[in-house]
Amino acid sequence: MAGEIIKVSGLVHRYGDFEAVRGISFTVEEGEVFSFLGPNGAGKSTAINVLTTLLRIQQGSARVAGFDVATEPARVRESIGIVFQEVTLDRDMTCREILEFHGCLYRMPYGERRKRIEELLAVVELDAKRDTLTKHLSGGMKRRLEIARGLMTRPKVLFLDEPTIGLDPQTRRRMWDYIKAVNEEGTTIFLTTHYMDEADQLSDRISIIDHGQIIATGRGWDLKNRLAEDVIYLETTDNGRSQEIVGAMEGVTEVKEKTNGFVVLVNQDGTHLLPRIMDEIRGQGIRIVTVNLKKPSMDDVFVHFTGRNLRDERAERPSAAIARAGSR
Amino acid sequence: MSVQSALPRQLQGQAAGDLMHFGFLTIYWRDMIRFVRFRTLLVSSLVQPALWMAFFGIAMSASFNRLTPDVPPIPGVPTIGYLTFMAAGVIAMTTLFTSLFGGMVLLFDKNWGLLREVMASPLPRDHVIFGIALSGMTKSFIQALIIMVFGMLLGAEFFRGYSAGEVAISVLGILLFVGIFSLGFLFLSAAIAISLESPEGMQGIMTLMTMPIFFASNALYPVNAFPPVLQAVSVGNPLTHLVNGIRYFAIGDRYQAIGVLYTITPSGLLFSLSVLVLFALAMFGLAWWRFQRAVVT
Ligand SMILES: Nc1ncnc2c1ncn2[C@@H]1O[C@H](COP(=O)(O)OP(=O)(O)OP(=O)(O)O)[C@@H](O)[C@H]1O
Ligand SMILES: [Mg+2]
Repeated sequence: MAGEIIKVSGLVHRYGDFEAVRGISFTVEEGEVFSFLGPNGAGKSTAINVLTTLLRIQQGSARVAGFDVATEPARVRESIGIVFQEVTLDRDMTCREILEFHGCLYRMPYGERRKRIEELLAVVELDAKRDTLTKHLSGGMKRRLEIARGLMTRPKVLFLDEPTIGLDPQTRRRMWDYIKAVNEEGTTIFLTTHYMDEADQLSDRISIIDHGQIIATGRGWDLKNRLAEDVIYLETTDNGRSQEIVGAMEGVTEVKEKTNGFVVLVNQDGTHLLPRIMDEIRGQGIRIVTVNLKKPSMDDVFVHFTGRNLRDERAERPSAAIARAGSR
Repeated sequence: MSVQSALPRQLQGQAAGDLMHFGFLTIYWRDMIRFVRFRTLLVSSLVQPALWMAFFGIAMSASFNRLTPDVPPIPGVPTIGYLTFMAAGVIAMTTLFTSLFGGMVLLFDKNWGLLREVMASPLPRDHVIFGIALSGMTKSFIQALIIMVFGMLLGAEFFRGYSAGEVAISVLGILLFVGIFSLGFLFLSAAIAISLESPEGMQGIMTLMTMPIFFASNALYPVNAFPPVLQAVSVGNPLTHLVNGIRYFAIGDRYQAIGVLYTITPSGLLFSLSVLVLFALAMFGLAWWRFQRAVVT
């Protein structure tokens, strides 16, 4: 049943001389949650703007919901919903009016409009604020209202450009739940984010994008497995020699230098390998100062594929914090 | 996958390109909500023309009326006071200003990202133009009616000796001229707004445009004293034709004011109307062209 609902090949987009999107190709299956994970300026919004026909396609081809964005933009527009990165709510309209306006733009019949508005206000828990002007809503409420707006027309594909930016952790989780629920009802979701945990938790597949190019695509665990089975972080009294010793051991795929220590990527169960590694190092008379073992996180995956940290990632989980400390 | 993509392509096209599409009413509705809700804008747009009438009208008519008794009146032709003469001009000018600034809302919408929602929706872009134009026209109608009522309270002799039916027809005639004129300038305003980035820039262009339109017209004084070049400009000036229309319906087809004889024949009136219609069509073309090219992100 599932087919390709988004198909992009060789997409290039320039602003003047600057190439913001540099030849990306990917497909999104119907019914999946697909993420673009990348730092600020990676070209995520530019790609979304082309797919949603706000920017005219310059080079390459893109089909959304079965229609070509270049030749059938009106068809594409009818099939999609968008939640923009920035707030785009009219400050002087009420929540209900915002949804009403949107429904009218898409020519929803009166009765259906009314029904949908009630449903959605309940879903995003804004019932009590229905007649409040949007300028009197909190940031999280605005975001929720925008998501509700994106869902008004039951689009086939919903584009979410950094949907949880600026939300508190609790609201973010609720947002993820909404997004998952919407997806379960059959809407394909295309989302961009620069939060690894968001990409990891929410998406079926992730494309890591940086400097306008897709660097890796796959399922979260797939990307992590591609990197390593386990990640070991070590600090010793002689990191240089320790790295040589460990690098020569069986099961070790890569050793990476860090400021105070080094990271070891291993392709077998780390809980068994770690004691052996420690024995080897100690056997050479080197003292081990710190040791840490973990499964690779999206952070590690990202650092691995792009060669650097996300430029503005915040620490959410201890493991992420450790990885960052280790890579500093 | 879905019913829609299973439909033959022509059928889908029909559904979207449907002529009976009232999407512009959505845009209209939203703009009127804002107009009503934004108190300062509402009040100022209603009070401002009345103030114009009150201060400018009374001051100017006092000085003009002092001058005119020197000019011998033409016998058999009704003489009207300056206040009556200029009240028509004030309606025209107010319509000009309101319409020229009517598209500004698009610029703000664009800068604040609100226009994205509309541009990403299936609503055809000409409906955005129509919606904004319709709401601007509504505002002009309200203002025109206020000036008429307020002007008459101040002593402007509109509809002198008309029967109730004639008054009704005349008011409709005035609104017809005001409507078409305002559409023309609203289209122009929308075209400029969608092409520019900064409200200041738009303000500058508007000011530059209003000056010649305003002064090379018969809104506040007769044009026969103009040098021939200016007179020619005045003939091509939509404002002149709007004023012609308003005076024809409000005052009559033959009258004298400030010592000048005015006659408007039915064919002259039709000519004025045609100029306004052509202007509006041309401006719609311009706006349409600008909107097709507009990129809003
Ligand atoms: N209108 C524009 N004109 C010129 N350059 C632009 C324009 N819009 C974006 N860019 C540039 O294109 C690049 C990609 O921008 P884009 O907004 O697509 O990034 P992004 O991945 O969405 O980033 P963020 O996470 O910060 O939203 C950036 O370097 C940006 O400066
Ligand atoms: Mg972005």
